[in-house]
Amino acid sequence: MNKLIELKNLTKNFEDQQVLRGIDLDVHENEFLTLLGPSGCGKTTTLRIIAGFEEPNSGQVLFNGVEISKLPPYKRQVNTVFQKYALFPHMNVFDNIAFGLNIKKMDKQVIRQKVGEMLELVGLEGFAPRDVTLLSGGQQQRVAIARALVNEPKVLLLDEPLGALDAKIRKQMQVELKKIQQEVGITFIYVTHDQEEALSMSDTVVVMNEGKIQQIGSPTDIYNEPENRFVASFIGESNIVEATMIRDYLVEFDGCRFECVDRGFGDMEPVEVVLRPEDLDMVDPGKAQIRGTVRQVTFKGVHYEIMIETDKRMYMVHTTDYAEIGKNVGLTFEPEDIHVMWPMGSY
Amino acid sequence: MKHFKKLIRPYLIWSFVIIVIPILLIVLYAFTTGGNSVLTWNFTLDNLKKVLEPTYMNVFLKSLVLGVITTVICLIIGYPLAYMISRFKEGTQNLLIMLVTIPMWINLLLRTYAWMNLLADNGIINRFLMKLGLSPISMMYTDFSVVLGLVCNFLPFMVIPIHTSLSKMDHSLIEAAYDLGANKVQAFRKVTLKLSMPGVINGIVMVFLMAISTFVIPKLLGGGQYVLIGNLIESQFISVGDWNFGSAISFLLAVIILIAMGIMKRFDKGDE
Repeated sequence: MNKLIELKNLTKNFEDQQVLRGIDLDVHENEFLTLLGPSGCGKTTTLRIIAGFEEPNSGQVLFNGVEISKLPPYKRQVNTVFQKYALFPHMNVFDNIAFGLNIKKMDKQVIRQKVGEMLELVGLEGFAPRDVTLLSGGQQQRVAIARALVNEPKVLLLDEPLGALDAKIRKQMQVELKKIQQEVGITFIYVTHDQEEALSMSDTVVVMNEGKIQQIGSPTDIYNEPENRFVASFIGESNIVEATMIRDYLVEFDGCRFECVDRGFGDMEPVEVVLRPEDLDMVDPGKAQIRGTVRQVTFKGVHYEIMIETDKRMYMVHTTDYAEIGKNVGLTFEPEDIHVMWPMGSY
Repeated sequence: MKHFKKLIRPYLIWSFVIIVIPILLIVLYAFTTGGNSVLTWNFTLDNLKKVLEPTYMNVFLKSLVLGVITTVICLIIGYPLAYMISRFKEGTQNLLIMLVTIPMWINLLLRTYAWMNLLADNGIINRFLMKLGLSPISMMYTDFSVVLGLVCNFLPFMVIPIHTSLSKMDHSLIEAAYDLGANKVQAFRKVTLKLSMPGVINGIVMVFLMAISTFVIPKLLGGGQYVLIGNLIESQFISVGDWNFGSAISFLLAVIILIAMGIMKRFDKGDE
């Protein structure tokens, strides 16, 4: 895949606050890329720099190899779906979608045809004369997507577009957005703080925190091989344990040594280990190296969330097995369930 | 909510007593002759016919033209001013709006006297001009001085509603317009201006209403021979004592204002 957008060492300050501290990122053609992070991590600022609403303090934005960071938004081949849709309240659905085409002074007949196609793509046939202010959140969102896509941008930027929708419609829109992206075959850059949304829709997830990129990878990489404590704790639930890498394929924590599949950390190096709650199994105390007592059991629908206290720490286990509070259990896991990473701040 | 509705009753009675009854009285006076008792009323159309005489129609025409000029000037100054204010941070905006309204804290009469001092033949401006070796300009008792006084007094009533509609506009709408390919001028024309129209219309209606019915400002800045509808009504009630004719003029003015407001309302709706 070709590189479409390259961000090179972007920094951005708002007054005395540094919101971006050197962002390097390549976005490829046809990629569904998600910027994921807590609020204030700089993900929206990054998006707004690509859209042209903010100018970086330093660094470059390359579009097809051409520097565009000084170009005003209306000269860029990108379009944005805004957080609260930003539909023009004084225009109906048709005029909202046709806005960009009218600016380009396209032929009325062509505009009518293109708007019609877009309405079909987002599943709003027959909505053209409706008042946008009377539509539901989900429908407004579809109009916003159609309004952006009708301009045939190379890249569609989406700034937490599903944030204002309720859970059920959000799920449905996730599936639809992915479908739309595959149908039109363009690059989507998607901003969200919702890790589940990021994992289920993206080709590439970019985890950000405090103005820096923490990890770039496929959803499975991000989940299974988090590079640091921040990524591990932000994406899904995890037990994070300080450990020592004895040598390749052998790690020690809680006074026990375990085989693992990680290598290249060196010998006797301090590291951190991520154990996902769903990878831990409760067994007979005699059959495990780590033993503890059940302290809390919460029913979560599909599984139980069980807190097990060992003499070193508390472990969280997700399991479909029930365990009574106060019961002594052992914890086991497979070598590939141990994810070794560098401790925070050591790189 | 239902029992809160009862709270509106005192207000309804109050507004009936101080608004509706006087209006009905004006209508009654406009269509009757003078010297009636409570029991006998002589209805007539003479008062209205008299208003339609050329002398008085000219006064109406002059007032209308002056009202339109004042409104247009207020709009030309007020819109950019309101727009600029709305671009500031919220705290600064409040301060600037307060500055715009400060003249309103001072009595209208006093403000108008201040203008007289500035504009008079031996006033501050002319003395300054003479110091510079220029010849003085006669500014008092002209259309210029009246329009100046009207604009200065009524400008806040144009700025405030426009500012209100601009400041509550979501800035992301303008970003959306840029994003969809509109340059600054196009984004302003197609989004900002359209969305601020309700404020513009409110401003126009308010300034026009006040400009067309004012009498203090033209009297002081225009001099004794400068007669507008407001002055005409004032003199009929206060110096001439012909309440019936004064009421007829008031009645016609009210009709003109209603028609003007109706046109503006239609304009507002047509725009949406």
